[in-house]
Amino acid sequence: MEYSKLKKILTISSFFLLIALIYFAPNFLNDYAIRILNLSAIYVILAVSLNLTNGFTGLFSLGHAGFMSIGAYTTALLLMTEKTKIMNFYMYDIWPPLQGITLHLIPSLLMGGTLAAIFAVVIGAPTLKLRGDYLAIATLGFGEIIRVIFTNSHSITNGALGLKGIPGVTNLWWNWGIAALVILIVKNILDSSYGFAFKAIRDDEIAAESMGINIFKYKLMSFVISAFFAGIGGGLLAVLLSTIDPIMFRFVFTYQFLMIVVIGGLGSLTGSVISGIFITIMMEVLRFVEQPMNLGPIAIPGIPGMRMVIYSLILLFVILFYQKGIMGTNEFSWKWIIKKIGLGKFIKKEAAEQ
Amino acid sequence: MEKTILKTKDLTMIFGGLTAVSKLNLDIKENQIYGLIGPNGAGKTTAFNMITGVYMPTEGEVVFDGVDISKYKPNKITNLGVARTFQNIRLFSTMTVIENVMVARHLRMGANLPEAILRLPSYKKKHQESYDEAMELLKKVDLEKEAGELATSLPYGKQRRLEIARALATTPKLLLLDEPAAGMNPQESIELMNFIAKIRDQFSLTILMIEHHMQVVMGICEKITVLDYGQSIAIGNPEEIQNNQRVIEAYLGVE
Repeated sequence: MEYSKLKKILTISSFFLLIALIYFAPNFLNDYAIRILNLSAIYVILAVSLNLTNGFTGLFSLGHAGFMSIGAYTTALLLMTEKTKIMNFYMYDIWPPLQGITLHLIPSLLMGGTLAAIFAVVIGAPTLKLRGDYLAIATLGFGEIIRVIFTNSHSITNGALGLKGIPGVTNLWWNWGIAALVILIVKNILDSSYGFAFKAIRDDEIAAESMGINIFKYKLMSFVISAFFAGIGGGLLAVLLSTIDPIMFRFVFTYQFLMIVVIGGLGSLTGSVISGIFITIMMEVLRFVEQPMNLGPIAIPGIPGMRMVIYSLILLFVILFYQKGIMGTNEFSWKWIIKKIGLGKFIKKEAAEQ
Repeated sequence: MEKTILKTKDLTMIFGGLTAVSKLNLDIKENQIYGLIGPNGAGKTTAFNMITGVYMPTEGEVVFDGVDISKYKPNKITNLGVARTFQNIRLFSTMTVIENVMVARHLRMGANLPEAILRLPSYKKKHQESYDEAMELLKKVDLEKEAGELATSLPYGKQRRLEIARALATTPKLLLLDEPAAGMNPQESIELMNFIAKIRDQFSLTILMIEHHMQVVMGICEKITVLDYGQSIAIGNPEEIQNNQRVIEAYLGVE
């Protein structure tokens, strides 16, 4: 069979398989498992967007939690009804113009993403001239500043009390649909000459500049696109959790996505997707280590945060022995899968011509 | 009289207390192959970096095609039509050979981000054109078979040729080659010489090259400037340079 035809058939059939999986998932999975699936879609969005800057453009940015919180708060405030807002803001009154606005999911998410992107321009313009560690420190600082501002602007964010009762208007379709859209958009960018420009900057800035690439402009572009999707991811997260507060968006939160990206492979979309799902599921599975345990003679009391120790160990292991992560800079391809399952000889001739 | 394409006026670069290049005056005519030679540390690459905007000159001017480019950024200078290769090869290591060339085509593609994201037919057409042009260039440097390979997996000589192809992809008027024959044996050097002369005619280029292989320099350069300790000590055609007493002293030392 011709390879390109085979590829098309495989892609379309796996697409329908995925749709069927989402459709039938509620029949054989309980609410808890569905929630994990939803969460993994959101984590995939966040990891893919972080990978765009950190993996593909070579910028070491740690401000992801900041952009997520902007998206989360914007989406939450636009989605909540007037009644819920009044119930939330019992200590301080809500800023009046905000009180009456209630939008649907899509415009709220887009607003969240856009606002995060605007902040990315403001933060990126001065900091993207910095290199390496300095950029990391500046973006880390930004994330913390946003959090402090959100804690203290009572009439907009309700301060440290956070927002409760965000309407849960999403489901598996929304989360995975948006995740698929984000993956598709980022993939299209990376496969275009814009993506080549990003990768060129990552590989060699001086050479990229002498190829006529305006380094600053493309760095900013990558940073802003990433922030936009981080904002949308944050918004979806707010809807899924139905409660947000500033403490949630501490810089530690960024590390979680950084870990997903590193384990998946800096510079691999496929890696981010695989490890996004894997890590999210692991995080839930590993909850048992925080329970009190009786190992025969030794009784271990439940220690909250034990999961983090295990992540640290995983991360340590990956950095020491498997630096390129699961996928390195490779991407998923049917050709690779066909070869791996030993059917390579059937497509060998056509594949060589591709 | 032929038209001057690149002119430097008293070009000077001072790093702290070190004067790397002092009052360099170059006058390069269109379609010329111009050589910049001199012992190690004479300031040749620094001069290149000033012309291409990597360094901003401490003093002096660089005039390309009638425009003072001495304060321009490298990407803008490339945009105007100056391309370069690097002494220590700087290919994009995680990208394939053809992608390396296509990066350089991005500048001339005129695509915008929304059409790239939506994969509109207009973008697909531009992308295909860029691919075809890149492939055409790779054919000219005899690398079309390696198009899908990782750039850094190529042997040294091919990496040098890829760097030249990549520079040509920006459609330059002036091409700066920084030691193109470094690490080549005499046979390869002669091939390279013919190759440089060929691309000059094919793309109607002006070429400014730094080179240590005297055989190559004397064989193809029409005019040569010799640098020593940042100073220009001689200008002339190959015979004049070969017989110049100061040049011989600079290269061989004085009794």
